[in-house]
This record gives sequence, structure tokens and C-alpha cells, in this order.
Amino acid sequence: MSSVKVVVTGLGATTPLGGDAASTWSAMLAGRSGVRALTEDWAADLPARIAAKAAVDPSEVLERVQMRRMDRTQQFALIAAREAWAAAGSPEVEPERLGVAVSSGIGGINTTLNQYDIFKEKGWRRVSPFTVPMLMPNGPAATVELEFKARAGAHTTVSACSSGSEAIGYGIDMIRSGRADVVIAGGTEAALHPLNLAAFASMRALSTRNDEPERASRPFDKNRDGFVMGEGAGIVILERAEYAAARGATVYAVAAGVGYSSDAFDLVAPDPNGGAAAARHALADAGLEPSDIRHVNAHATSTPTGDISETEGIRMALGDAADDVAVTATKSMTGHLLGGAGAVESIAAILALRDGKVPPTANLDDIDDGVVVDVVRGEPRVLPEGRIAALNNSFGFGGHNVVLAFSRA
Amino acid sequence: MAMSEQEILSGLGEIVNEIAGVPADEVTPEKSFVDDLDIDSLSMVEIAVAAQDKFGVEIPDDQLKNLKTVKDVINFIQA
Repeated sequence: MSSVKVVVTGLGATTPLGGDAASTWSAMLAGRSGVRALTEDWAADLPARIAAKAAVDPSEVLERVQMRRMDRTQQFALIAAREAWAAAGSPEVEPERLGVAVSSGIGGINTTLNQYDIFKEKGWRRVSPFTVPMLMPNGPAATVELEFKARAGAHTTVSACSSGSEAIGYGIDMIRSGRADVVIAGGTEAALHPLNLAAFASMRALSTRNDEPERASRPFDKNRDGFVMGEGAGIVILERAEYAAARGATVYAVAAGVGYSSDAFDLVAPDPNGGAAAARHALADAGLEPSDIRHVNAHATSTPTGDISETEGIRMALGDAADDVAVTATKSMTGHLLGGAGAVESIAAILALRDGKVPPTANLDDIDDGVVVDVVRGEPRVLPEGRIAALNNSFGFGGHNVVLAFSRA
Repeated sequence: MAMSEQEILSGLGEIVNEIAGVPADEVTPEKSFVDDLDIDSLSMVEIAVAAQDKFGVEIPDDQLKNLKTVKDVINFIQA
């Protein structure tokens, strides 16, 4: 356990549920789905013709010229970072003490594929000179670094669908190790390209509930049949607690700790031991007991094997204390934001602690018999008063497990 | 038929506005792309390619670095 306390002083998000953190959060509490039918011609022959597009397109927010030099992943990250920075009161931190940790699971794949189309059709001279800075996975971190003049280091931790949570973990460690006083941390993804939908469909990973888009993402439900791709970003402002207190910043939650593990089991299939190990490491890192944890924002993507395995891991890590934990899967509403998921779900866990309310898991009509934890359904669940804590689980293809622990301020 | 300076200037204004967001009426002959219009090197490459499409005149890379002002580009296209 570190002697340096890290707090969260700002939140920002642009998701399939809303163009900011507040609208995303209120939609989650209302159990609203952001999944819609894909009506584009290119989707017509795909087995999965549904997705969770960003509720507010970046073109509604950013200037045109700025837009065309950024991949959509960068656009989302910048929008969310601006919101989080403003929410934190735009701290007047020295550039040398401001860090960035912003990740994406795939990076600027739309740019890669679109520019390859241009290359094939029109030749190399028509390929945009901005292609490289737009496609590089560290592009969103660089965009944020430039915007806020951060000179303590800008980092991109890539671990598929745990990338966003890993970035927040990296940010916590930047502050603990003394490298920075403030870190802009989170994740972003914009991968709704026909090839990506085809590639995930080829793995049989996507829901094909095309006739009921809003009902398609249904973690823990018996009739779940895969995840729904989403897009967007989440950003948090992490800050050394003493620094935040000195400037009178509002604290949303304590970023109490992070735990990592890797399964060494299978490239894509989950192992409950891995998630459990990461959760134990997070508790130890945060100095928390299982009984402190009253809420888990599950990774639960709505795939047949992953959701059950995760609930087993939660019980392995928390033991009997798991009986008092309200588990939810906000991907039932946002879809799966891949590298953005861990960051958006961290924001949901932080706001659940702040407001004392856990959003319900949508579409949970008939809970799977293999679920061994208490999943919130129907209405939001009220959390107890006091200094409770929450975990945010994020797991990625490759067997990457990241668990973040947040506690009440 | 060669285009007039005014026609080229007007076309360049549209290109610079599209690529760099500079208002077209600020694109006047004496302006330097880098110092006055705040255009970076990657955007200059885009402008050169767009100018080639619009005016049918190829601007080789070794010439591009010599084209400092809007007037330089107009002269190159007219030459």
C-alpha cells in the first residue's frame, strides 16, 4: 500500500448514452440502452447489424479543421478530457508536474483502413500526411498532452479491453512514484468499421439480436448471445490528495488502488482465477478488506462464457463478503467500448459511490443459473452510507486483468 | 489557357480554408504560409496536393520548400 493518496477530481465522458458524464450517468440510472440498428449499406450483409454509436458526434462539438487532423479516437478523448479538466476546475499545475495516460484498445484503425482505401484507389500522393499521427495507438494520449501542455510524460497502456482501466492504474502510479501531481487518464475507442464488425463476428463474439437492438446487450441473462460494439471515451483527472486539498478541489472519490494479473491460460477464453487474483491485488494495493467493497462494476460484456466466469472470480476474491456486494454491468446500456470501457465504467463506479446508487443491469430478464453474485436489476440499488469502496473489473483478450479500487472521499 | 493571378488566389484561398481553417480573405499574396497563416509542414503537403488537383500543376517536393509565400505559389503555378 502506497503512502501517497490519489484522488479523482474531474470526470468527462462521451458515450452512446450521452455527450458528457452527467447525461451518461443519468441514462445508466434510468436503465436506458444506447444500442441501435446499423442502417448503413455496408452493414447489410453482416451477421451483427447493431452497434452503440456515440450519442453526440464529435462534429457537433469540435471545429472542422481540428476534426480532420484527428482520428475519431482522438476526437472522443479530447472532448472527454476537456470536460474532465473543466470539472476539476482547470488546475493551474506546472506542465512538468502534469502527466497523461490515455489508451485505446485498437488505436486509429478507421484512419488506417480509410487511408488504405485511398492508397489503393488514388496512389500514395493522396494519402493524408496526417495518417501516421492519426493511426498511432498513442495518438489520443498525444492529442491530450498537446491540448493541456503536459510535460511529465504521456503514456498509452495497451491491453485490449482493459486498456482504459490500465491507463488509470498507470496514472495512479505516476502520482505515487512522484512523477506528477495531476494526471489526465482514461481510454477511448472508435472502431465501428465494417472490418472490425466482421472480425469480431468471425470470432462469433457479437450479438446477432438484430431485430431488438436495445435488448441485445444483456450481461448475465440466460439468453445473451455476445457483445455489442460501442464507441466513445472516458477521462478522469487524478490528483495527489494533498495537492488537490491545497487548491480546494472537489473530490469525487479516492483512487485507492489497482491490481493486475495475466491468465496465462488462453488467448481469448477467460479464467476466473485471473480476475480473482487481480481483485486481491487491488484490495492489497488499496489497503482494503473484502468487507469494504459494496459494489463491483463488472466487465461483463454479454458473452456466454465471460460473464459467468467473472462472477466466480468475484466470489473467489471476496469470499462471503461477496453476498453484500451490488454487482452491475453497465455494458448492458453502453455496449462494449473496448479500450474506452474501463474508463467509462470507472466513472460509473465513482458516481455510484458519490450518489450512493448502483445502476441496474438492463435486459436482465432471466438470470443465468451460473451467476454466483447479486446483480442489480430493475431499479437502481441504494448503497450504504459510510466509507465504502467499489471495484471496477476490466479484462482483455490476451488474458489481461485490471481491477481498480475506488473508495468514498 | 493560363489562369489569372486573381483566379489562382481565389482557388488557393478555398484550399487553405478547407485544410487549415484560415479565412479565405486572409490568403493574400504577401502572406507567408508558416509565419503569417500559421500553417504547419504537414498541412503544406496537403495544400500542395490539393493545388495540384485544382490547377493541374505538380509541385515537386524539392520545390515545395522554396514556396514561402502565397505569391510564390501563384508564380509557380503561372510559370
